Amino acid sequence: MEPIWLIVIFAATALAGYKLIRQVPSLLHTPLMSGMNALSGVTVLGALCAAGAAVYSGSRFCAYIAIVLAMINVAGGFGVTARMLNMFKSKKEAGGE
Amino acid sequence: MSDVLYYLLCGGLLLGVMAGIAMLSRVKTAPYGNGLSALCMAAAILLVMRRYELVSLRALWICLAIGLILGLWGAVKVKMIQMPQTVALLNGFGGAASALVAAVYVWQAGPGGGFFYTAAAITLAIGWFTFSGSLIAAGKLHNRIRPQPLIWPGHSRILILTLAVMAALICLLPLWRQGSGAVAVVLSLVSLFFGVAFALRIGGADMPVAISLLNALSGTAGAVAGMTVNEPLLVAVGGVVGASGILLTQIMCRGMNRRLPEILTGATVAVKPLPAADAAGEAAGNSADSQLQAGGDPAGSQKPADDASTDRQKQESGAPSGGKKQEADVFAALRSARQVIIVPGYGMALAQAQHLLKKLSDALEQRGAEVKFAIHPVAGRMPGHMNVLLCEADVPYGQLYEMQDINEQFAHCDIAVAVGANDVINPAANTAEGTPIYGMPVLQIAGAPLVAVCNFDRKPGYAGVENPLYDMDKTVLFLGDAKESLAKLLQALDETV
Repeated sequence: MEPIWLIVIFAATALAGYKLIRQVPSLLHTPLMSGMNALSGVTVLGALCAAGAAVYSGSRFCAYIAIVLAMINVAGGFGVTARMLNMFKSKKEAGGE
Repeated sequence: MSDVLYYLLCGGLLLGVMAGIAMLSRVKTAPYGNGLSALCMAAAILLVMRRYELVSLRALWICLAIGLILGLWGAVKVKMIQMPQTVALLNGFGGAASALVAAVYVWQAGPGGGFFYTAAAITLAIGWFTFSGSLIAAGKLHNRIRPQPLIWPGHSRILILTLAVMAALICLLPLWRQGSGAVAVVLSLVSLFFGVAFALRIGGADMPVAISLLNALSGTAGAVAGMTVNEPLLVAVGGVVGASGILLTQIMCRGMNRRLPEILTGATVAVKPLPAADAAGEAAGNSADSQLQAGGDPAGSQKPADDASTDRQKQESGAPSGGKKQEADVFAALRSARQVIIVPGYGMALAQAQHLLKKLSDALEQRGAEVKFAIHPVAGRMPGHMNVLLCEADVPYGQLYEMQDINEQFAHCDIAVAVGANDVINPAANTAEGTPIYGMPVLQIAGAPLVAVCNFDRKPGYAGVENPLYDMDKTVLFLGDAKESLAKLLQALDETV
């Protein structure tokens, strides 16, 4: 893909993301942030590409570490977000009156 | 797989992620949104492995499995009070992963022209900076590193110099291909140092801003790594994360009355409590009526506000200043209250008093009172932290009110109870010009007819400004451990049943 398109994509998604995230109430900002942690683990895609392209064993090892770190982000981020969101209960669910 | 099909599938997955984020804007749909995003991420991993024919490489699957297990294990183990440092740590992992991707690209002398090498250099800089900065931030939030700002002599100059070196190295890397490996190593080391130097200077109270900013940077690092390896989906999702982090940084800055450049340059750390306290006391005494309809305590403004011992004597010896409310007034008010507003602060979380607070709220509701929780945007140590802590204690989220929604209601409640909150309820923010909190949006708790404050002591909060609320006639202090104070209130409620 041409470099210019990559920059266009970056700008467009950043703007769209900004608009979407402004709708999230402050009540949910902590789960939002941990969810964003999970999404920043998307760099696992780059790590997979890098691992596939790596020839030297040293660089391949670097790529493996990158995969593990990014995957911790993905799994940890989504996991902890799900845990938090499941704690949010309305009055009825919480067994109130 | 053809390019067109691949890009179409990428577009579809991106829309899925966006839809997931959109669903996060409502509590009811949020868990499904999170699930949808997770599903799209899993699909994206499989799609990329398919496209680059990596499916048969067993080592990659093993790495993915290790990360998956470690991540899920951490997600189950972590306590809710530890969320800020968890998020900080994950920010760091994201940054490091992106930087490693760029390192591999340079090491392998990857294909493409100057654009891709420039992107790689920027990724290295942002990624390693995010990594080391996040580790320091997590260490401070976890109290492994002293949370107070650590300032070296000539700190600002060191930072600017480091930044200049980083910029020069970023320019050099794509220009000097033979030495690009060496340049990458030096750039990485300098960036790591920059992250440490940057984060050490930020104090514990400014950490919510710092982690939001590092969140933005970890996303940006991912996006630029995506440019390096020419992977549009990575660029797109990284862009979304970057935007989210920037937005949260703005919100936190506004909530704490800080300007981002001040925090980054360390301008907020030098606070002298004593003169500020005098100013706060005086100003509150002069204009409390107009600002808060809160009969300010004139005696409070004349005596030195830091002289806590005389205050306490006065309190214990039975209020020479006439209308000073007593503990008994609080107990009576709680017993007969129709409307109670509770203001939890980080002190509540530190004392692990949220479950007791829920008990108090239940007891009040049993007596027919309506209980509302007033949540300041920076209550806790990260955006939205207090909401999570209270929801963990089974407080229904419908009872949690944002600052702008509850501020007018203080005047109509019977009693307001602050638990471990200080700066966020400090009326000096309305009046005390020149103090760090002047102009900061605060909960107008002084508008309530009666205020019970269950704080550990009467020392100023992180902002270092004395709280004139403590000296008001309507305020009753319950000093000491929040759990004990709440137990006292609960007991008082039970006594007449």
